[in-house]
Amino acid sequence: MRTRVRELASYREILWNLVRKELKVKYTASVLGAVWSLLNPVVFLAVFSFVVVVLGSGIDHYPVFLLAGLLPWNLLNASLSNGSQSVIANANLVKKVYFPREILPLATVGVALVDFVLQSSVLLVFLLASGYGFVLATIWLYPLAIAALLVVTTAVTLLVAAMNVRYRDVQHLLGLGLLVWFWLTPIVYPGRLAQETLASVRVGGASAWHLYLLNPMTTIVSGFQRALYHSADAGEVLPDFTTGTLGALLTAVTVIGLAALWGTWRLYFAMSGDFAEEL
Amino acid sequence: MSASAAIEVRDVSKRFRIWREKPTSLKQRLLAGRSRAEDFWALRDVTFDVPSGSSFGLIGHNGSGKTTLLKVIAGILRPTTGSVRQRGRLAALLELGAGFHPELTGRENVYLNASFLGMSRRETDRVYDDIVGFAELEGFMETAVKFYSSGMLVRLGFAVAVHVDPDVLLVDEVLAVGDEAFQARCIERVQRFQREGRTIVLVTHALDQVRQLCDLAVMLDHGRVRAAGAPDDVVRDMRMAILRQDLAFAHEEGSKEVEIDSAALLVGDDPLGGPLAPGDVLTIQVDLRANEPVDDPVVSFALHDAANRFVVGGDTASSGVPLGRLEGKRRVRFHVGPLPFVAGRYWVTIGVHSRDNRHAYHVQDQRYAFSVESAEGGREQVFVPVRAEVSDP
Ligand SMILES: Nc1ncnc2c1ncn2[C@@H]1O[C@H](COP(=O)(O)OP(=O)(O)O)[C@@H](O)[C@H]1O
Ligand SMILES: [Mg+2]
Repeated sequence: MRTRVRELASYREILWNLVRKELKVKYTASVLGAVWSLLNPVVFLAVFSFVVVVLGSGIDHYPVFLLAGLLPWNLLNASLSNGSQSVIANANLVKKVYFPREILPLATVGVALVDFVLQSSVLLVFLLASGYGFVLATIWLYPLAIAALLVVTTAVTLLVAAMNVRYRDVQHLLGLGLLVWFWLTPIVYPGRLAQETLASVRVGGASAWHLYLLNPMTTIVSGFQRALYHSADAGEVLPDFTTGTLGALLTAVTVIGLAALWGTWRLYFAMSGDFAEEL
Repeated sequence: MSASAAIEVRDVSKRFRIWREKPTSLKQRLLAGRSRAEDFWALRDVTFDVPSGSSFGLIGHNGSGKTTLLKVIAGILRPTTGSVRQRGRLAALLELGAGFHPELTGRENVYLNASFLGMSRRETDRVYDDIVGFAELEGFMETAVKFYSSGMLVRLGFAVAVHVDPDVLLVDEVLAVGDEAFQARCIERVQRFQREGRTIVLVTHALDQVRQLCDLAVMLDHGRVRAAGAPDDVVRDMRMAILRQDLAFAHEEGSKEVEIDSAALLVGDDPLGGPLAPGDVLTIQVDLRANEPVDDPVVSFALHDAANRFVVGGDTASSGVPLGRLEGKRRVRFHVGPLPFVAGRYWVTIGVHSRDNRHAYHVQDQRYAFSVESAEGGREQVFVPVRAEVSDP
């Protein structure tokens, strides 16, 4: 494994170049380029501010709450959807050039990360400009949440990328899976609501809320929300965790995620030896 | 790994699964089982060393497994059995412009492509101008390569490849593209690689290139090594294979009413021990056995050089020694010489056929070989005995 990491490090140039290539291809074909990426959260902010005025959501500053959880979800979503295609889309490279095959899904995560950074800056600028601001007591969760998000995303992306080469219906399965996963994660609805509803339900001896927490994205998204969302009713919207507990949970997700990453990486490596002939 | 080998290929076999209908979905995989896959062995027990600093030619018919072998060496394919060990930075040039992205500019593609060949950004910066110069694409580097002609793509691809700085370079039949002038520059570049002591594995259809550029060669046939050694020998085997359109070596044919029981190359009455010297007389001895009585067969021989050019031949009829009615055994000897060759390797074809040459009883095609070496490395092309005489006029 150590030599593998070292080899990967020696080929990092390819990783940067592929990320650059993807971004360039993605953005130069369109007139506005990266502006589209920035526009995405702006439109969300505008639309949901409007929707909330009309409908009333019961959640103070709903657009902030929504984007805090949606942007990390977008990173996962883009990494998995594009990552599952990454090997097939680069079949020409895989068949003709040697490089550590991990680079392909990693590059998709890299591209999604660039988008995440761009969109998050829009959100952060909005938070500052609108006077919503930050709370020092919770903002330290933000880097922890990013670390957990990247580890989990990379682990799962490697898995789907490898599986999709051999079993092309993984991509269909993935679409459904992402839909289910999205609604099992408290992004558009308050995590507190899920907690209150599920805590009393028992599934085979375990609390349904604890099962719900097995979804690492719940912890991650809650971490992002706690870090950024601090409206007056944040206490009633977010799950009932102290900041310290959430920090510990995020660390646990990161550690377990690293173990999973080690496993999926090995699987990916084992399967990648046959990529050149499976394509 | 031995100290002098840049690449060690050991018992490498590569099996491809040929699926009648390739099951790519989970359901198909589960239902199909393994029964509809056919095995195809693209490489079989391939073993050889590429010495460090050598230029190694790899030849063989289409589909003989050359590209597969390069891919196994480069790590793109995993051998089914056996192992490949390799030392030093390796760059594989399997297809020109592999990895070019049409939407990116020439400049961006140079950096992308160079990184696939193991170059860092800084290293690429250093040779960037040389690459552009070599490809003769000044003024086009900011254009997306989708607007390039195929010739421009080829030039850029090769330019990048020859400017990377590998210890081992694998080249798969890409020297054949481009115009003559560009090809000459490619060859010149390969020769510079050689002078710098780098290792090159070259796959090419141009057999003359192998003889010109390589120190060693291997010929693959249906995934197996059929000939290995000095490029002249291997190329000759390859030429014959091409001429015959089949690959059974020590090719024999004929209806065998009369058979060549055995044949031998002699000097005087002794079997050939080593190389001959210029001016020696070679004796080709043919022992015949008639399986049924045959009237008036003719025994003939031919010598071919390393390039498979016909050099000299003869037969019993034109030498005026008719065999008459052949029953049982008979021995025929041709005395060839004094040999006018200075140095080289020669192959002997022996045949028995009817007098009108319409019917071949038995032909052994270039089965026997001998070489000629002159003691002092003279510069003459042929051996001509020279006698000096001094006298008063
Ligand atoms: N991925 C593959 N799947 C199945 N068969 C293959 C694959 N790649 C090559 N082959 C087969 O292996 C044989 C050797 O091919 P190749 O190495 O390209 O030969 P060469 O380069 O000497 O022309 C060919 O018969 C080819 O059809
Ligand atoms: Mg080939």
